[in-house]
Amino acid sequence: MRITHEEMSARIDSCFKAKMLRVDSQCNELTYELDQENLIEISEQLHNHADFCFTQLIDLCGIDYLTYGKDEWITQSATDSGFSRGVSRKPVILDDADTFDDRRFAVIYHLLSVEHNIRLRLRVYTGLNNPPILPSVDSIWNSANWFEREAFDLFGILFEGHPDLRRILTDYGFIGHPFRKDFPLSGNVEVRYDADQEKVVYQPVSIEPRTLVPRVIRDDNRYSDDLKDSTDG
Amino acid sequence: MAEIQNYTMNFGPQHPAAHGVLRLVLEMNGEVIQSADPHIGLLHRGTEKLVESKPYNQSIGYMDRLDYVSMVCNEHGYVLAIEKLLNLTPPKRALYIRVLFDEITRILNHLMWLGTHGLDVGAMTMFLYCFREREDLMDCYEAVSGTRMHATYYRPGGVYRDLPDTMPKYESANNKKKKDLERLNYNREGSLLDFIESFTERFPSCVDEYETLLTDNRIWKQRTVNIAVISPERALNLGYTGPMLRGSGVEWDLRKKQPYAVYNELDFDIPIGLNGDCYDRYLVRVEEMRQSNHIIKQCVEWLRDNPGPVMTDDSKIAPPDRMGMKDDMESLIHHFKLFTEGYCVPEGEVYAAVEAPKGEFGIYLVSDGANKPYRVKIRAPGFAHLASMSEMVVGHMLADVVAVMGTQDIVFGEIDR
Repeated sequence: MRITHEEMSARIDSCFKAKMLRVDSQCNELTYELDQENLIEISEQLHNHADFCFTQLIDLCGIDYLTYGKDEWITQSATDSGFSRGVSRKPVILDDADTFDDRRFAVIYHLLSVEHNIRLRLRVYTGLNNPPILPSVDSIWNSANWFEREAFDLFGILFEGHPDLRRILTDYGFIGHPFRKDFPLSGNVEVRYDADQEKVVYQPVSIEPRTLVPRVIRDDNRYSDDLKDSTDG
Repeated sequence: MAEIQNYTMNFGPQHPAAHGVLRLVLEMNGEVIQSADPHIGLLHRGTEKLVESKPYNQSIGYMDRLDYVSMVCNEHGYVLAIEKLLNLTPPKRALYIRVLFDEITRILNHLMWLGTHGLDVGAMTMFLYCFREREDLMDCYEAVSGTRMHATYYRPGGVYRDLPDTMPKYESANNKKKKDLERLNYNREGSLLDFIESFTERFPSCVDEYETLLTDNRIWKQRTVNIAVISPERALNLGYTGPMLRGSGVEWDLRKKQPYAVYNELDFDIPIGLNGDCYDRYLVRVEEMRQSNHIIKQCVEWLRDNPGPVMTDDSKIAPPDRMGMKDDMESLIHHFKLFTEGYCVPEGEVYAAVEAPKGEFGIYLVSDGANKPYRVKIRAPGFAHLASMSEMVVGHMLADVVAVMGTQDIVFGEIDR
């Protein structure tokens, strides 16, 4: 039986009230934000309660909001200095502070209810902790096991209560968390065969970072809400 | 007598039955498996990070290389996510072409699966038969996109170009007799649609042929019946999708339940299994090939009757045509902007999922309004399936590991990303 977003939204509001906060979505999707203290309790309800029946955790992923909304396009100095790509590439310095910005890392859960044929997205910010840490939902949805290992591997987010939190995608002995925005695209080390030692050795990367197309953010009036209303007629 | 202890065995990463580069660390008690620990990531290329560094359209090619036996289905998930954020609907003909190629790809994938699964458990002939039919479908890919595998054919807003009116033919060569040449080219005289139609007429009898070899085969049944039984509850909890979920008896298919493109206008059925073992999953996939064939027929018919554009007319997204650029300033500017900078996608986040041959292929796309995605998460169906490897093989014999890997339809391009 398919239920509408409005109905599911009403059910969630009446059950969890202020614990889950609805976030606007452009694409007609249900997105909620919640605090990590409530994550386990809410997840259990969403999984077990007949009103929700979110029996599947389709996806779980980390996200790093460090450079969200920042572009790298500087036309002023590029015009002065002749032809260039006009890219401002200030390397993001690795932050050694004890805490992160509380909205830097988040974990996104995509749930699916096969019974009600509806999807739900949850976003949980990890807060100020360094390293970021969240409770594991592996005991509720077993599919979380590898997804959480992946989020740990790529973003360094720890999951409390996970049975086997190891790296999964990167190399044995890898250092760093490659999908963080302060990790360079080309990586830090490369491998080559050393004829003298007769084995494969690691060395610092020899390629320079290069931007082919700069990242630009342009306001497009077609997507602006004020304009949409006035041109509807 | 010596005391017999459990021992650890290493399987792969280079093993013909590992379907790529999988390293399995098995703890064995004699021939019986106590636990399995898959080590993946040997094919990790950081696709998601690469996608974040390029304008939207330049990443379509990466999608082909994820699940490299169901290429355009991955592209479909990606362009669908972009289209949702842009609030863009492609012309109907483009949607029909996408469905046509999605289903061709489903058959391609299932043939690959059937051939290798058969080969893994000892049915050599299947491999040869399946690759014979795959060849024709690869030719369809080549006719429409120029490449046999990594098509890069779907674009946000439609598909790259319309279906060709002529089908490439075999050329005469010294080692080919005239009679052979005629035999090879007999169904290539007309358009691509004629070629596909002749395939759909022939294909059901090919599936019958596969089934006579396997379905009632004693050895095949001994190797697959009651192997790796998964209950519907477990299948849901483990995040199974696609034929793995349907094999356990859960009637769930995104093409029916959350239709995208034009699947709501087409007639087809969802096969489901009863016992959730390897044999049921085999039956489900074989029936899916027949259903795909049925869908392709309907698409061919519709596409014959309804010519039209295959790309959106929104010039901020779709590149201008070559001739227009020669005498139209605006087209020239659009062309320059699109190919140097790309287009900016409005800020927001979206999850788009398609029913890929292996299960639910999803793209979670976060845009901060730039010409490149801020974050792309690829939800690969095989990742969740392989995660349950240990649960599926515990208590079975070593030889069954290969059968389980076959039934999971593993491809490392999408699992390692």
